[in-house]
Amino acid sequence: MADIRSNFVGIKSPNPFWLASAPPTDKEVNVVRAFKAGWGGVVWKTLGENPPVVNVSSRYGALHLNDSRMVGFNNIELISDRPLEINLQEIKKVKRDWPDRAMVVSLMVPCEEESWKRILPLVEETGADGIELNFGCPHGMSERGMGSAVGQVPEYVEMVARWCKQSTRMPVIVKLTPNVTDIRHPARAAKRGGADAVSLINTINSICSVDLDLMAPTPVVDGKGTHGGYCGPAVKPVALNMTAEIARDAETQGLPISAIGGIGNWRDAAEFMALGAGTAQVCTAAMHHGFKIVDDMISGLKNWMDEKGYATIEDFRGRAVPNVTDWKFLNINFKSIAKIDQDKCIKCGLCHIACEDTSHQAIAANRLEGKRRYEVIDEECVGCNLCSHVCPVPDCITMVSMETGKPYQNWTQDPRNPMRKAAE
Amino acid sequence: MAQSATPDIAAARLQPQDIDRNFEDVKPVLDRKRAIVESSRCYFCYDAPCTEACPTSIDIPNFIRMISTDNVRGAAEKIFEQNILGGMCARVCPTEILCEDSCVRNTSEDKPVNIGALQRYATDRLMAQDGHPFQRQAPSGRKVAVVGGGPAGLSCAHRLAMLGHDVTIFEAHDKLGGLNEYGIAAYKTVDDFAQREVQWLMRIGGISAKTGTALGRDVTLEQLRRDYDAVFVGLGLAGVNALGLDGEEVANVQDAVDYIAKLRQAPDKSKLPVGRKVLVIGGGNTAIDIAIQSKRLGAEDVTLVYRRGPDQMSATWHEQEFAQVNGVKIKHWAKPVRLISHQGAVREVEFEYTQLDDQGRLTGTGETFALLCDVVFKAIGQKLVKDPVNGKAHESLDLANGKIVVNADMQTSLPNVWAGGDCVASGTDLTVQSVEDGKIAAIAIDRYLRRKNSK
Repeated sequence: MADIRSNFVGIKSPNPFWLASAPPTDKEVNVVRAFKAGWGGVVWKTLGENPPVVNVSSRYGALHLNDSRMVGFNNIELISDRPLEINLQEIKKVKRDWPDRAMVVSLMVPCEEESWKRILPLVEETGADGIELNFGCPHGMSERGMGSAVGQVPEYVEMVARWCKQSTRMPVIVKLTPNVTDIRHPARAAKRGGADAVSLINTINSICSVDLDLMAPTPVVDGKGTHGGYCGPAVKPVALNMTAEIARDAETQGLPISAIGGIGNWRDAAEFMALGAGTAQVCTAAMHHGFKIVDDMISGLKNWMDEKGYATIEDFRGRAVPNVTDWKFLNINFKSIAKIDQDKCIKCGLCHIACEDTSHQAIAANRLEGKRRYEVIDEECVGCNLCSHVCPVPDCITMVSMETGKPYQNWTQDPRNPMRKAAE
Repeated sequence: MAQSATPDIAAARLQPQDIDRNFEDVKPVLDRKRAIVESSRCYFCYDAPCTEACPTSIDIPNFIRMISTDNVRGAAEKIFEQNILGGMCARVCPTEILCEDSCVRNTSEDKPVNIGALQRYATDRLMAQDGHPFQRQAPSGRKVAVVGGGPAGLSCAHRLAMLGHDVTIFEAHDKLGGLNEYGIAAYKTVDDFAQREVQWLMRIGGISAKTGTALGRDVTLEQLRRDYDAVFVGLGLAGVNALGLDGEEVANVQDAVDYIAKLRQAPDKSKLPVGRKVLVIGGGNTAIDIAIQSKRLGAEDVTLVYRRGPDQMSATWHEQEFAQVNGVKIKHWAKPVRLISHQGAVREVEFEYTQLDDQGRLTGTGETFALLCDVVFKAIGQKLVKDPVNGKAHESLDLANGKIVVNADMQTSLPNVWAGGDCVASGTDLTVQSVEDGKIAAIAIDRYLRRKNSK
């Protein structure tokens, strides 16, 4: 059986699945329930300075797609609204009772060295395993110069990371905001500041929906709404890309990453790990289904690793990174075309209409003895993949590699590229 | 088992509340949550097989998509554009052999999208609102007579009215609706839906009705042709086939359609007399409906006997299954050969087993069996009452196989007479086909009248 124990910048946990800093990790009662359910660790919901913040009602918005609830989710909740002392007491108690679980504490205080110096010893005293600097929240706190207001300025990221590293023995994880144009800059800054790791992504600035009766964004607070942080399955592609960008950047290569963003099952986690992440943080999926989802995450990851022959997470972590490249290095001479398995085809015609209306007119809608038959016109197919995505039947449309007889050639080498550097 | 001296036929075999429950809506309308879930199962097929399977060509994927976005009114409008009786069709269409049978979900997972239920969800909601989804075009000044206020006639009348013509419906019964009102199992169309639908349809304006007015008795085809610019004949099949056995003209051998009509009109079903042992002869929807409804009224044993096998029954597999779960016993491959009477009532029916011979013809095997009965229902098909359209009168419509001959535009052998529904040669016994016939005829009549105007 695969060994999925995790050691992330010295923080040990029986599995790599942590609950992200959020409502599920706000109180002892929640965290103890999570540990009983089997979670490997938590990042305690962000602590700030006293007096505690005050939250509004309501706090969450969601994107539903027909019968699929919460494919996207957003919140306008602030950091922990409980007194600092209570949180610290509970953290200490839970860590004492659950010594084998990772206890990371998320922090957000004003961008002044004194504030950070004040809070760090208090956290250290709880016996916590590490801290996560919340430079991410795009709502509320950012208006007060914290959260993403810090994360969006690489110089601040570096500066605060450095303060923390100088003032505590605990590993420092910098949580990055995705609300930037290039995630590599804050990641590089965190590394320069001495951070042990980065975690990403925090939530994406968003308005989940507009209530067309109230004419207000949701969640509606007494007739008005505000932008909130977007998360859930819909943000996973954004998070995967940002993880890959950091993993393959020359400056940040090898910087430990704790992945966050739409992770809800073992497969999601494995994908982030393939892109270099060490641990996987989860929030929305737990808020949707409860803590029991970790069962599948643990058993699914182990079973997949056994099937693939990976004994430990390190055996596959980062394996996909070398295969993430720039567009200009893709093989222009590679060709694949769609192939429809007529025995599996249910004759819905979605491949045809998608291709006909919006792509390359490469799937013919024929009738054979009155029966529908959709057939790829090989000469017209550019291998774009659209048909295989719209097809509702698994493995009915596959993309088949074609032998072109041409060698690998990327855009930088292509004679059609006017900017091509002469390859003399 | 000993048989009583006279047939055991009695009302109130069940408690009134049980009878009421047995005649409640057999398939209640979906709520929003269920409708959204079901609508999300639709793949929005291109060139959708369901639409092709629908006799009225409703754009099914489009209306289902509209349900999924809460555009329920848009969905209902899409349905009514093609089928103004979309509300009734949602209740009575044998979707299992039409749209739902062709759903591509059958191929991948054996469970089609529940199109009928979604259609009902949309149409019920729109019909509950005030107003009417369509407006009449400018008046044409033309008048059309529609004979028969059943699905074909109503569909034709509505489309003609929409196109600007004035329509008078001549209906032999007291109420419009045809089989929607007098046929169809009661639990499929509860709460007086057939009449509510007629009233809703008439909101288009320009349609008047003369009920209690029968063609051939109160008005003739010649008169209508003279007094109106065009005539549509949607008479249905008012005649009933007989068993052709000695002694069938007795009180306890009844036409299923008559009893069903009585049941539909009964204000209190617990007052309807029903036999203890009921025999139903036939294999169509009428046979199924009378069998199930007899059972639900409290008949103890209901046996349906059909001369061929399950595949040849015109009742769908779904209807056959529904009869069986209602406790109806179905016996195939047997035909009635003798009615055994006692004191002026049939008490037993003798059947002969049947089979197909080498040429595929149905023959008796010579072996027989007998079933006891208190009531026998004949449900072996209806036929056109010819006289009003093909009698001694000067003007008559060509018939073939006892039904009115029409062309692709539903035009009869007389140039200004169109026909549709069960009475025409192409007629199936589907409500939805009758609606389509009426629609096609109305469009053809409109073309004809506009040509006339331009001359």
